[in-house]
Amino acid sequence: MSFPWLTVLIVWPLLAALATATAGRGRGRDASSARVVALVGALVEVALVVGAFLAFDTSRAGVHQLVETHQWIPTIGASYAVGVDGVGLLLVALAAGLVPLVILAAWKEQGGDHARLRSYLAVVLVLEAFMVAVFAARDVFLFYVLFEAMLIPVYFLIGGFGQGAQRRYAAVKFLLYSLAGGLVMLVAVIALYLQVPAADRGPHTFLTDNLTHLDLSQNAGRLMFCAFFLAFAIKAPMVPVHSWLPDVAEHATPGTSTLLISVLDKVGTFGMLTLCLPLFPEASRWAAPFVVALAVVSILYGAILAIGQTDLLRLIGYTSVSHFGFIILGIFTFTRTGTAGSSLMMLNHGISTGALFLIAGFAISRHPERSQRIADYGGMRITAPLLGGTFLVAGLSAAALPGLATFISEILVFLGTFSAVKWAAIVAVPAVVLAAVYVLLTYQRMFTGTVPAGLAPDGKVPDLDARERTVAGVLVALLLVLGFLPQLGLQFVDAPATTTVKQIGHTDPAPVIGAAADLTTIAPAGNGTVKEVAA
Amino acid sequence: MNDFHAPLIDWAAVSPVLIVLGAGVVGVLVEAFVPARLRRTVQVALALVALAGAVVAVGLLWSSVHQSARLSVGDSFDLTPFGLAIQGIVAALAFLSVLVMADRSGGQDAFAPTAAAVPGSRYEEEARRAGLEQTEVFPLMLFSTGGMLLFTATDDLIVLFIALEVLSLPLYVLCATARRRRLLSQEAAFKYFLLGAFASALTIFGIALLYGFAGSVHLPVITDALAGRGSTPLQGLHVLAITGIVLVSAGLLFKVGAAPFHTWTPDVYTGAPTPITGFMAVCTKAAAVGALVRVLFYLGQGFDAPTRHEVQVLLWAVAIATMAIGTIVGAVQTDIKRLLAYSSIAHAGFIIVALVGFSEAGAKAVLFYLAAYGLATLGAFAVVSLVRERLTTGEGGEKDSVILGEATHLAQWAGIGRKAPWLTAAFALFMLSMAGIPLTAGFLAKFGAFSAAVDAGAWPLALLGVVASAISVFFYVRLIVLMVLTPAPDAGVEGAAAAEHAAADVAPGGVATATQQVTRAVVTVMTGWSPATVVVTVCAIGVVLLGVVPASVLDLAAGAAKFVP
Repeated sequence: MSFPWLTVLIVWPLLAALATATAGRGRGRDASSARVVALVGALVEVALVVGAFLAFDTSRAGVHQLVETHQWIPTIGASYAVGVDGVGLLLVALAAGLVPLVILAAWKEQGGDHARLRSYLAVVLVLEAFMVAVFAARDVFLFYVLFEAMLIPVYFLIGGFGQGAQRRYAAVKFLLYSLAGGLVMLVAVIALYLQVPAADRGPHTFLTDNLTHLDLSQNAGRLMFCAFFLAFAIKAPMVPVHSWLPDVAEHATPGTSTLLISVLDKVGTFGMLTLCLPLFPEASRWAAPFVVALAVVSILYGAILAIGQTDLLRLIGYTSVSHFGFIILGIFTFTRTGTAGSSLMMLNHGISTGALFLIAGFAISRHPERSQRIADYGGMRITAPLLGGTFLVAGLSAAALPGLATFISEILVFLGTFSAVKWAAIVAVPAVVLAAVYVLLTYQRMFTGTVPAGLAPDGKVPDLDARERTVAGVLVALLLVLGFLPQLGLQFVDAPATTTVKQIGHTDPAPVIGAAADLTTIAPAGNGTVKEVAA
Repeated sequence: MNDFHAPLIDWAAVSPVLIVLGAGVVGVLVEAFVPARLRRTVQVALALVALAGAVVAVGLLWSSVHQSARLSVGDSFDLTPFGLAIQGIVAALAFLSVLVMADRSGGQDAFAPTAAAVPGSRYEEEARRAGLEQTEVFPLMLFSTGGMLLFTATDDLIVLFIALEVLSLPLYVLCATARRRRLLSQEAAFKYFLLGAFASALTIFGIALLYGFAGSVHLPVITDALAGRGSTPLQGLHVLAITGIVLVSAGLLFKVGAAPFHTWTPDVYTGAPTPITGFMAVCTKAAAVGALVRVLFYLGQGFDAPTRHEVQVLLWAVAIATMAIGTIVGAVQTDIKRLLAYSSIAHAGFIIVALVGFSEAGAKAVLFYLAAYGLATLGAFAVVSLVRERLTTGEGGEKDSVILGEATHLAQWAGIGRKAPWLTAAFALFMLSMAGIPLTAGFLAKFGAFSAAVDAGAWPLALLGVVASAISVFFYVRLIVLMVLTPAPDAGVEGAAAAEHAAADVAPGGVATATQQVTRAVVTVMTGWSPATVVVTVCAIGVVLLGVVPASVLDLAAGAAKFVP
């Protein structure tokens, strides 16, 4: 019996949450000690993730490793089964890596009310446990349970600790959207279980591996695919079921938005990749044209709406709608290049959006009234060069500038799409230009020109302090490192992409000539992995 | 000519029913012979011991009933594993109900000093001053529970009808015993009695029709007749049988609280004393569902395809209407007890969804659902009974204050999360369980119910159930938002409104003098250990355990559901 890495990774944040919730309680004791407890707990989790990486055999990234399987509810065939392949591991790492940064960024949030901050951090840690668990779940029932159960902590993070009078409305909207999708998926989960012949049903029927080779009728498969896809599309979020996201982004704290959009929403695309495609290959191929079309609409629509936003956090929310469109587009090309690109993009987009939200949060905290209106800012570049610089880097990574992490994943998605569905790639390309527009316009409005009197009467906006520099520095460093050494991430997503494309039973079209050359020039250190993807 | 044979009575089989009814009779004697100051203690102890005894008896009978599949007494009492499981659920939940009834947080229990007095009369006022207590509620409650235990353990429709009356009559009386809002309580009792009598009449008429059809009131004989193996002159008249089944079902559905027989539920649940509301919502529903399952599944064996189809169409219609009314009308309620009443209607709909397949999976799902629903609902009503209005007179602060009745208006629940975090957490847990959020008992219950429906090919019904579920989440979550996220309204404003409210409540007698002074009523939550908080704790633990490690309970339910052909 090897060390149960994943179970430890799931249980530890819960213990840390308990310690946080009880820290500094009692008469005359300072509730601010809770944030130290939370930070230490989250850092230990990062150390544990490093341990899990060491235990993970990268050369076999395509198969599930660190596997644990225990009976849970034998009568209905549900088991506690966890295990990760390369993609799952990267997303677990993303969750664990962002949480300490979010805790650090929230250090002085909640209006200085330490008891309130303590509750906030405890809920964040509970959410971390759910996030790790959902990416590690290998049992459809367990996945569903976690998928639904984690709505509750998120709901409280938005409604209880968010900002603005409309936050409860945003929280309810989020919950109802997600539950509606989730409950439709529940019917499909039940139906899927009942497709297993009664004689074959055992205590482990719900394992994903046991459900992948079912002999589904065409109609049943397609209906179930639609139910699963609806739940994931709401989560992801994809046009036309994305409308909860801008509201949530506007009213949640930047830390909550980071966790929600950078990590949690990846459950949607992760679910498409690991459940929709392997469970319903026929239906996936059938639905692919519609999905690709909707993804392209998401990409353009999200980017165009982002340009028109006046609220900073809302703008970042819309950019994510656009980026999730890219991820979904890559997955539904059924090519190794596109799938690998999408998998990598889940990680990169998480880092880049996290950086945008957190740094935007730093900017907002400098406004006396915590205004989120872009028009209320200006000229901050002069007195706060670090704030401006890191914001620009984070923004450019959203626009997929070469040299930053997001570039390599976006180009892989484009290459995959071009080889499979040419028109989609051609139509989606202008989004790159639109991204440059919304990033640069925002930067220009907020950081150049004159400082409005409402922001700082003396024209001096304080620059990032040491705590904020740490948060922004780590994120920017990650974007640069993964931008110049993309094989660090690619080695984990390449093999799972091969497995997925094989599962869907789709012939991989020959990649575009010249793509390999492009890739090798962009990523000179890509010792074979990238070439392999493209070749 | 002497062809009378005394029935062979298996005393062990009837022991749960006998213990409870026997304790009820002893309770009446206690009323007559035990001195007043001891009476309450003795009654509570007696009721608790009797119900615990019934639970133990069910446990002891469990294995023998499972081996022989059934224990019987003549033709009129048949203990099947399913019936026994329902008895276990009813007895255990009734035990918890007694604890809520016995709660005296705030100095008084929830029952009127003399329920027979005219509300607002001098006699009532004097009884209140003398500190009288209506301890008869405990024997009444035991009689009702005894009827419920009998309800699910018989194949004889006449015994079924008697059990129905035994369980109903004490409930009518109990509904009228609320200490506060006496008129509302009596109105509730009257309404319940009239409609209940009407439902009983339907049932007995249905039984008569079935008797005419099959020449017997015994379910196996009726089943045979339905299957064409009977020998009565009318046995070709299927329309007679269908009408009879529909009428009997209507009577049972009335007790279940399913649409279109649900109209009594909101008024009665609101008017009755909260502990009794909890008892009715949980135990009556469990027993009635048990009887319904038994009758329908038994007769279902004799159905030919068209008959089966007709009955299923009926159940579909009832399930859809019940879920729709429960969730949609529930979403606009402003009174917590009415809201929980509509929630219980919605749950009746989900339970019927599980039944439509007449399958073993359905019976199993029903058992688990009743346990999960029972724990959450009982716990929720226990919390409701602890959220009170406190009337402060003069400037004396807490010392001069009087604890009044429950604060049931939703606006009064705003921000009580700050006042009582643990009770609020428990209540939120119950709401999440009722909403069917994973990792609570309610999720697995709904999972089971919808699985049974999909398995039986009723996936459109399951889909509708899912939609109803999503709507119901809206109002459960709204409650949590209200308690946890909404700040308590400004004390002054609320005080004025609540004082007016309270004054109207206590105006006949009560704290009549207080209304002339400066009055301030605020919402207060009775925290601290009391029987009701014990119940809340037990229910909360149960809901979590059933949600996280349900395997053993599901196994028990699966074993108990095996009586289905």
